[in-house]
Amino acid sequence: MLETTALPRKATLSLPLDTRYQVETPEGIDLPLRPAGLMVRALAFSIDLMLRGLILGSLFIVLAMLGKLGAGLGSLLIFAVSWWYMVLFEVLNQGRSPGKQWMGLRVVQDDGTPIGWSASLLRNLLRFVDLLPFGYFLGAISCLQHPGFKRLGDIAAGTLVIYREQPLSRPQLPPAEPRRPAFPLTLTEQRAIIGFAERQSELSAARVNELASILAQPLQIRPPQAVAELNGIARGLLGSA
Amino acid sequence: MKQSLFEHRHMAEWEQFSRTLDRLEGDKNAVGVENFPSDYRRLCQHLALARERGYSSFLIDSLQQQALRGHQQLYRHRSRLGPRVLSFILADFPRLVREQWRFVLAACLMFFGSLIGFALLVYLYPELIYSLIPAEQVSEMQSMYDPDAGHLGRLAERAASDDWAMFGYYIMHNIGIAFQTFASGLLFGLGSAFFLIFNGLMIGAVAGHLTRIGFGQTFWSFVIGHGAFELTAIALAGAAGLQLGWALIAPGRQPRGEALLVAARKSVLLICGVMLFLLVAAFIEAYWSSMTAPSPLIKYLVGAALWMLMAAYLLFAGRSRHAPE
Repeated sequence: MLETTALPRKATLSLPLDTRYQVETPEGIDLPLRPAGLMVRALAFSIDLMLRGLILGSLFIVLAMLGKLGAGLGSLLIFAVSWWYMVLFEVLNQGRSPGKQWMGLRVVQDDGTPIGWSASLLRNLLRFVDLLPFGYFLGAISCLQHPGFKRLGDIAAGTLVIYREQPLSRPQLPPAEPRRPAFPLTLTEQRAIIGFAERQSELSAARVNELASILAQPLQIRPPQAVAELNGIARGLLGSA
Repeated sequence: MKQSLFEHRHMAEWEQFSRTLDRLEGDKNAVGVENFPSDYRRLCQHLALARERGYSSFLIDSLQQQALRGHQQLYRHRSRLGPRVLSFILADFPRLVREQWRFVLAACLMFFGSLIGFALLVYLYPELIYSLIPAEQVSEMQSMYDPDAGHLGRLAERAASDDWAMFGYYIMHNIGIAFQTFASGLLFGLGSAFFLIFNGLMIGAVAGHLTRIGFGQTFWSFVIGHGAFELTAIALAGAAGLQLGWALIAPGRQPRGEALLVAARKSVLLICGVMLFLLVAAFIEAYWSSMTAPSPLIKYLVGAALWMLMAAYLLFAGRSRHAPE
């Protein structure tokens, strides 16, 4: 019998601290996606549910005046709204149904590309199973135990609900004289120091001092000067504008 | 290289790239974006450099956002729906059904087996129907197909607007059942098997009962036409569901998740075909089956022709190598 070696599993080198989901692109870079959890998805779904109720309610008032023709159209519309509402919005509106748009979410394929017709149809048809045995029980269980917060429909269709990226604004670095660190820094140390300088405006002065004084000893300075020293190193690393 | 110098050198490129992205996101057929792929790869290179050199989170995050947007534009799914729908109907769908013949066979056995078996049982032992269907529904059913009442199907002589109403009703009802039969297959195929057998038993019970009490003529002449497409569609939806379940039960040499993904991609195509069949069935049911003018003989002949047409379509369409694409 032919022996085949087992496929290497997706090897994760170190478990991430947060829920980020890395997509490796053909260009060889990792793009992090941020999967959305159960709560925010439930909220988005309830918004969609209410919206569908409103649409159907208002349509029925109009169709009731049309008699038999209205009844036929009405059943077609119930069908369209109950099975196709999500699919149409997801495919035609960049993965966002109104509820998801409201909550800042979108649906993408596992590889970060926009969702297509078949995947969207699949994940929404399988919603029927997620609903079993009552009130999204299976869906919620699956969502809670999956690292990417996927319900069963997402697993089968290979889709992921993520937070949309919010526009970034350039952080203001505190003013300081550029400095050279006393000893070579590793990459993570550089990133940490620059991060400290970039996020300083979001922290209280006491916390800034507390954080900086941890590094006072390795930098061989007195704790009160640590903040200025770190800001100076960050400036020095970034270079003058 | 220091970060500020790096930013200074490439800022113009990134802004240009962001404008291209805005245009592509707004208009899928934007022109003048020939450089987009090479610009995107250059941006990826900048991102990799920025990470490797330990530049600030702000720079890396904003490059990452641009790369993600670029990734979504470059690798988005392009499909021209028109030609694909045509080739799907003419060749791909029947081919897929033949390729999945094991699941189709299993689903057909469950559905038609329980249908015919229970119809015979009810015909021989009429009281059996009451174990499945409540008595008031049985009498309701009886009055619908009563030959003495002089009308066929679910309603009496109907105006065109009635046909419309029924058309809408059939679509909603039948496609809903087909979707349920398919989706519940994810529960290791048990759901699909349940719905196949349950629907088979229900239809079989009604057929056996009505034949037994002598309403056979009105019933069979009504259902034979659209039944060709409707019943086959339910069986195919079940087959698609069983395929999902089987991928979980026996994933072969893949992890269960992967096997499910592959099976799901195929089964959703089957479901598209099922929807097509049910549309045809609803059309026939609303506009042909409900007509009372043609004699039962004509209805049987047309019905038989429709069954043959459906079988020939599934068996022979798309056989030739150079099928119309």
